[in-house]
Amino acid sequence: MSAAATGSGAQPFMQTIQDAFASALHLMISLNAGLIEIVLLSLRVSLTAVLCAALIGLPLGAALALFQFPGRRFAAILLSSLMGMPPVVVGLIVYLLLSRSGPLGVFGLLFSPTAMILAQIVIVTPIIAALTRQLVEDLWSEYREQLQSLGCGPRRAIATLLWDGRFSLMTALLAGFGRASAEVGAVMIVGGNIDHVTRMMTTAIALETSKGDLALALGLGIILIVLSLGVNGAAFVIRDLTGRHP
Amino acid sequence: MIAAGNGRDGASILPLRLEGVGYAAGGQMRISDIDIELAAGPRTIILGPNGAGKSLLLRLCHGLIQPTAGRVQWRGSGAALRRRQAMVFQRPIMLRRSAAGNIGFALKLRGLGRSERREQIAEVLRRTGLSALAHRPARVLSGGEQQRLALARAWALEPEVLFLDEPTASLDPAATRAVEELVQSIHRSGTKIVMTTHDLGQARRLADEILFLNHGHLVETGPAAPFFAGPATPEAAAFLKGELTW
Amino acid sequence: MVTLSRRIFLAAALILTAFAGTAWAGDRFITIASTTSTQDSGLFEYLLPIFTKKTGIEVRVVAVGTGQALKIGQQGDADMLFVHDRAGEEKFVADGYGVKREPLMYNDFIIVGPESDPAQIKGDAKAVDAFQKIAAAKASFASRGDDSGTNRMELRLWKQAGVDVKAASGGWYKNLGQGMGATLNTAAAMDAYTLADRATWSKFANKQHLALLVEGDKKLFNQYGVILVNPAKFPKVKVADAQAFIDWLISPEGQAAIAGYKIGGVQAFFPDHDQPGA
Repeated sequence: MSAAATGSGAQPFMQTIQDAFASALHLMISLNAGLIEIVLLSLRVSLTAVLCAALIGLPLGAALALFQFPGRRFAAILLSSLMGMPPVVVGLIVYLLLSRSGPLGVFGLLFSPTAMILAQIVIVTPIIAALTRQLVEDLWSEYREQLQSLGCGPRRAIATLLWDGRFSLMTALLAGFGRASAEVGAVMIVGGNIDHVTRMMTTAIALETSKGDLALALGLGIILIVLSLGVNGAAFVIRDLTGRHP
Repeated sequence: MIAAGNGRDGASILPLRLEGVGYAAGGQMRISDIDIELAAGPRTIILGPNGAGKSLLLRLCHGLIQPTAGRVQWRGSGAALRRRQAMVFQRPIMLRRSAAGNIGFALKLRGLGRSERREQIAEVLRRTGLSALAHRPARVLSGGEQQRLALARAWALEPEVLFLDEPTASLDPAATRAVEELVQSIHRSGTKIVMTTHDLGQARRLADEILFLNHGHLVETGPAAPFFAGPATPEAAAFLKGELTW
Repeated sequence: MVTLSRRIFLAAALILTAFAGTAWAGDRFITIASTTSTQDSGLFEYLLPIFTKKTGIEVRVVAVGTGQALKIGQQGDADMLFVHDRAGEEKFVADGYGVKREPLMYNDFIIVGPESDPAQIKGDAKAVDAFQKIAAAKASFASRGDDSGTNRMELRLWKQAGVDVKAASGGWYKNLGQGMGATLNTAAAMDAYTLADRATWSKFANKQHLALLVEGDKKLFNQYGVILVNPAKFPKVKVADAQAFIDWLISPEGQAAIAGYKIGGVQAFFPDHDQPGA
């Protein structure tokens, strides 16, 4: 995917947009092998990260909502603040951890998709956990007396409330996916943007931008948006299907 | 099949004794000096104007709140206490599942196996006239249907004592009637009924004995018929005439 | 009760998991830390497949600024370096992080700027003179500012020109902290002068009103070196395969391959392993 070295005079905005749509269309229709490779990698990394973040974040958020312990309020504030952690900072920290000179260097994970997944897990988990915490707190305040009457205490309520709030939680997961698939700072640092190995949609866009091929970069961006639409669309279809048969 | 609550464990938890029970919140005594005994048999109605403390008293009896003064003393102790009671609230609390699923949830908490649950659910839905709605999402049912479902759920647990907190306050006359008939059926099957209401007509229809509360104090208690014919205290008299200001 | 909705959720979760899969491949590869300008020039896309086809060794390139590349080497996260900063490279070896510096090739830097050329530097033979003129005219200058080889070259030129760019930073001198491509984008957008390597410039697709103004000064030659990361310090370094790549690069075959890379029909890099003083 390289570009011609033309350029005398600035390209008008609309021309660039047109070129972007043209290259996006062309790439998609021709099923460009390079494109498919980075699309699959992007999906793999982000979906895996969201799945793992959910496995951690859902019970974590629920537990924070249901159990009383000293420092509970501080934990909730901390969790909310972590949602705003700059991804590039997370990337730096994960890099130092995974580096051969770092504590986890022995696993040799740096510059691999696994490293990118780990970084994205760190970024996405606070989002899912914080949103889950709020949702479960609201549900618990609604259900608490009836559940206690039935003999269901906080511990047994975790699974029940998570299932009951599944539609709102799905939105939380989609928010997490959005963050993961749009992220470029952390995956650049821990992944290295290595061709055919760790190059994803976002890092490819950054690369093409730095090469000056703005139309192609924008075209890739359009494809990324289409991808996101696809994932969200699938989620809503699932939601509709299950909505009719609870 | 649906019999009295003492079918399960064998030992009755009645009579319930409240000795000097009081509850303070926010520096104020909301309810005080409650001395009552609730025995098996008669349908007990807790009567009084809004803000008298009826709901609070019910929650203290059921153990959802701990008294700040005095004791709530059942006969026996341990797990049996929770298992042999059930409660229905003013607004029915249903999980995002089918009608049958909500009943199944309660039964599963009690440890019933799948086929046992299925039988019990079918029976209790039949008794409450809700069989046709078994697989509908509980939340789309009407207010009256949901409250009957709540009663069905409680009945399925075969409780020895059933607490009801103003169960018909948000229902129309037809639904109210259906609920009252169900309460009577449940009573006939051997469950002790303890219910609050501010509706005089309902009290007249359902009560065997009356506990009259006002401003957090137990003002008058006794069998229903003499109470309605000629109350002993001026407050009760004023309430019956509809003249009690709060 | 396993309801239909639960089944659908389960299916979705399973598909998700299947997607996850394992994250690491078992192929034979080395990791090299190089610079963004080298990557942006397209050299690797051309050169690496030749080597891989011959040896079956995959070469993974992490392209960052020279400062960061050296740091990655110091952390032991790469098997070798492929950079263009002689002083930095020699220090790397002297400090024990690298085994030996092999000179590899050079390309040259050029000064580009707005067609209108407010500082009147077009055609100047000496880069230092051009820099002095730019400073005197207080014309906009975009610096990479990222401690890269290009950046270090640029700062050396300013020093020789006797200009204090720290003082000017924020005014006509824009210190960006970006790679070559990003810096060119910015220079194009704000009609600024900048120092660029010829290869990236040739490939750059967003020139707008920028033009090549100064070239050919020997001071602008950009020497590349390759260094094997020291396995004594970092046992995990893939010595055999990385050394194989280095050996190939400096061999006549590798040097010829480098010379064969053209941008727009023009040779971009000039192999000089065997030339004295490289």
